[in-house]
Amino acid sequence: MFKIVHAQFLAPGIKRFVLQTPRIARKQKPGQFVILRIYEEGERIPVTIESSDPARGTISIVVQSIGKTTQLLNSLQTDDAIADVVGPLGKPSEIEAFGTVVVIGGGVGTAMAYPSAAALKRAGNRVIAIVGARTKELVILEQEMRAVSDALLITTDDGSYADKGFVTDKLRQLIENGTRIDLVLAIGPIVMMKAVAEMTRKEKIRTVVSLNPIMIDGTGMCGGCRVLIDSKSQFACVDGPEFDAHKVNFEVLVQRNAMYREAEQLSLADYQRGLAEKNAASKNAARAGVPREVEQSCIIAQGGIK
Amino acid sequence: MSPAATKSLNPLSPKERIKVPRQLMPEQPPDERNKNFNEVNLGFDADLARQEALRCLECAKPTCTDKCPVGVDVKTFVQLIVAGDFLAAAAKMREANVLPAITGRVCPQEDQCEGSCLLSKKVKPLGIGYLERFVADYEQRVGIQFPPKAAPTGKKVAVVGSGPSGLTVAGDLIQKGHKVRVFEALHEVGGVLVYGIPEFRLPKQIVREQLDAMREMGVEFETDVVVGRTVTIDELMNEEGYDAVYIGTGAGLPQFMGIPGEHLNGVYSANEFLTRINLMKAYKFPQYDEPMLDLHGKDVAVIGGGNTALDAIRSALRLGARKAYVLYRRSEAEMPARAEEVHHAQQEGIDFQMLTAPVEFLSDGKGWLTGARCVRMELGEPDASGRRRPVPMKGSEFDLPLSVAIMAIGTTANPIVQTTTPGLGTDKRGYILADAEKQRTTRKGVFAGGDIVTGAATVILAMGAGRRAAASIHEYLTTGEW
Ligand SMILES: Cc1cc2nc3c(=O)[nH]c(=O)nc-3n(C[C@H](O)[C@H](O)[C@H](O)COP(=O)(O)OP(=O)(O)OC[C@H]3O[C@@H](n4cnc5c(N)ncnc54)[C@H](O)[C@@H]3O)c2cc1C
Ligand SMILES: Cc1cc2nc3c(=O)[nH]c(=O)nc-3n(C[C@H](O)[C@H](O)[C@H](O)COP(=O)(O)OP(=O)(O)OC[C@H]3O[C@@H](n4cnc5c(N)ncnc54)[C@H](O)[C@@H]3O)c2cc1C
Ligand code: SF4
Ligand code: SF4
Ligand code: FES
Repeated sequence: MFKIVHAQFLAPGIKRFVLQTPRIARKQKPGQFVILRIYEEGERIPVTIESSDPARGTISIVVQSIGKTTQLLNSLQTDDAIADVVGPLGKPSEIEAFGTVVVIGGGVGTAMAYPSAAALKRAGNRVIAIVGARTKELVILEQEMRAVSDALLITTDDGSYADKGFVTDKLRQLIENGTRIDLVLAIGPIVMMKAVAEMTRKEKIRTVVSLNPIMIDGTGMCGGCRVLIDSKSQFACVDGPEFDAHKVNFEVLVQRNAMYREAEQLSLADYQRGLAEKNAASKNAARAGVPREVEQSCIIAQGGIK
Repeated sequence: MSPAATKSLNPLSPKERIKVPRQLMPEQPPDERNKNFNEVNLGFDADLARQEALRCLECAKPTCTDKCPVGVDVKTFVQLIVAGDFLAAAAKMREANVLPAITGRVCPQEDQCEGSCLLSKKVKPLGIGYLERFVADYEQRVGIQFPPKAAPTGKKVAVVGSGPSGLTVAGDLIQKGHKVRVFEALHEVGGVLVYGIPEFRLPKQIVREQLDAMREMGVEFETDVVVGRTVTIDELMNEEGYDAVYIGTGAGLPQFMGIPGEHLNGVYSANEFLTRINLMKAYKFPQYDEPMLDLHGKDVAVIGGGNTALDAIRSALRLGARKAYVLYRRSEAEMPARAEEVHHAQQEGIDFQMLTAPVEFLSDGKGWLTGARCVRMELGEPDASGRRRPVPMKGSEFDLPLSVAIMAIGTTANPIVQTTTPGLGTDKRGYILADAEKQRTTRKGVFAGGDIVTGAATVILAMGAGRRAAASIHEYLTTGEW
């Protein structure tokens, strides 16, 4: 069991957890992830490590409610525990002095891009961060990103905060302004990463994306996480998760991530039915607190990483 | 020792023994068992076991023992069954084999002990595997008796990987008084025994009881540790104070064929397919959260002819598949799977398409598998493995409609430990170099064995390597000599 030292919502449906995982805290590098399993009957899901504190023996992760497992996770609170947390997995991000690097985070991808942005800054790069979200309250880690970048550009799809538009609009502006860009790191929804890749391919700007296929073991044993890179199968958990964006076959990634949609929806419906029953029961018992958190965790159930 | 070990208690003359037929293993009827995950073989009772044991000729030079990779003293343990002293029989077996309940079920006996049994010259060989399983199950029912533990030595050993090889090392060294901690990457211990081999062949309860017994003896298990990533071998030795390390990480990485369409939804590696079922219990969805594709009424094929292939396709059948095919590019004679499994699979209604291989997976245009384009093969000249090479026959292409295809064409070395341990020598294929006698690697204090040294092999070979390693680790820890 791994203790949740601290848990707090950053935005509706997006929660940060600080976990007691001394071994992982000592070894984590930007770009790596953990695989966790909440309880005995649970599935194993991968989540990027946002930061680690080797002295305290903790790591932090940021989780967006998507389906059953992430909703269940986001209903957990400080002092709860998670059955299994294993890592750090995957290759660390390549951190070098590239020159000017544009780091793009879409939605919860911002939390996944943050540790790499910070490391790239420490390595002496000029970091331009672009953060995109659907709406104002889903903009996360604004302060943190600002602290590690030379410029921070924010967009919201609905224009409720900062500039209306997509992260690619900002990237296009940078390119059109003649900004010299040596590397783009883009992490977020697949459609976003694909759009970024198309744009930078024409400009011949080196671009790295972090892929999020379905995983089980995370050690290269099952082959379930295979992605098509330059028409060859690679295992995202050991060969990635970061890959050259211009070699990724995004269609195959989208297609494979949809493999269990029916079962996932069934699982989610079951879970929410159970919650509703519990909620009703606890309202009767006039217990406050818990259900509110749970409600929050469900708000953007269907919105996340597609 | 029981007198039976020296003087035969067998009342039958050799001629009479040959006349006793090989006793049949009671089993679930094929039409029932292909719908459930319960064990196929039900096991001998004491009467069947004694009847079978009576057939042993008690050879002066028992070839059965020579051909057993760990040298089980078959003749003596079988004599003890005849004598009715099943616990003594179990103790005898344990001298050479620490996991008899498992090997009795999964050893390829036809290539080993039974394959060289003298009886097989005239009649069917002695059912050594069945007897081994009987004694082990009997012992497990009354409670396994381990020899007393030696006094603590103050030495610490780390075992990496909890497959049969690592477990054997842990079991042997804890008895010698060393402190032993097993590190496992997954959330459950047991290696292929828990995530690969299905319940209907090896009930997980059997493995669990072995593990419980080891815990009781003081072996510590730490799951969720990927050595190489979570902690390195050097850190274990230099910072955590381990005096020796044993690497038994198995040959876990699945191979694909590299043919078009392998990324389609519906194409699995056998490892993923079996892991979803055995480790993640996807067949109990939605009680368990891990999903898998619904196989009811679907046509499923496995590509390959080993134990893994048969385990996968027989699982698919149990999950409701309408047609379940084995596509194997050579002929039945070359199939590496255990003979009993091939026989069981045939009884259960698996359709074996021999001398057949896919060349492409077909799609519905939306990313889902609809079938495999296959070719028929004929056998040509022997290849490097000594088996005749399959050669595609011109014009033999045909399309086989399928919803799910499972690739079981072999595995490669798991590289995580090798690439994070400086100075650890590997061979061309990436397997760890270890000497055959003492399982020593090129790094002082580091030993290795099982599939990560030999390439994918068998439970008993992994165990045998563990035995040798435990003995030489003990020697190293007590003498300091490398
Ligand atoms: C390397 C990596 C890092 C990730 N980092 C983060 C992160 O920092 N924060 C975060 O919120 N999310 C992250 N994800 C995504 C996260 O793993 C999925 O959102 C989660 O698994 C969904 O599970 P669910 O049961 O809630 O949803 P489900 O209803 O099961 O699935 C919804 C969608 O999530 C994806 N998914 C489902 N199961 C898995 C699985 N076992 N592995 C991967 N994807 C799956 C599929 O695309 C699916 O269609 C990461 C994924 C990867 C591969
Ligand atoms: C489906 C299937 C059916 C089989 N059927 C038979 C059969 O009927 N008869 C037979 O004799 N053999 C059979 N085999 C082969 C047999 O199971 C293997 O030869 C045997 O398990 C090898 O044992 P091992 O201890 O070397 O490794 P494994 O059993 O593979 O165990 C290795 C363990 O190490 C762990 N690990 C890997 N890397 C790390 C790391 N870096 N850190 C920590 N832990 C790690 C793995 O998760 C795993 O638990 C079968 C294999 C499969 C896959
Ligand atoms: S361990 Fe395997 S080979 Fe040896 S006697 Fe037992 S079944 Fe036969
Ligand atoms: S070879 Fe066969 S008959 Fe001879 S001792 Fe061994 S099991 Fe008995
Ligand atoms: S998750 Fe199993 S191989 Fe990558």
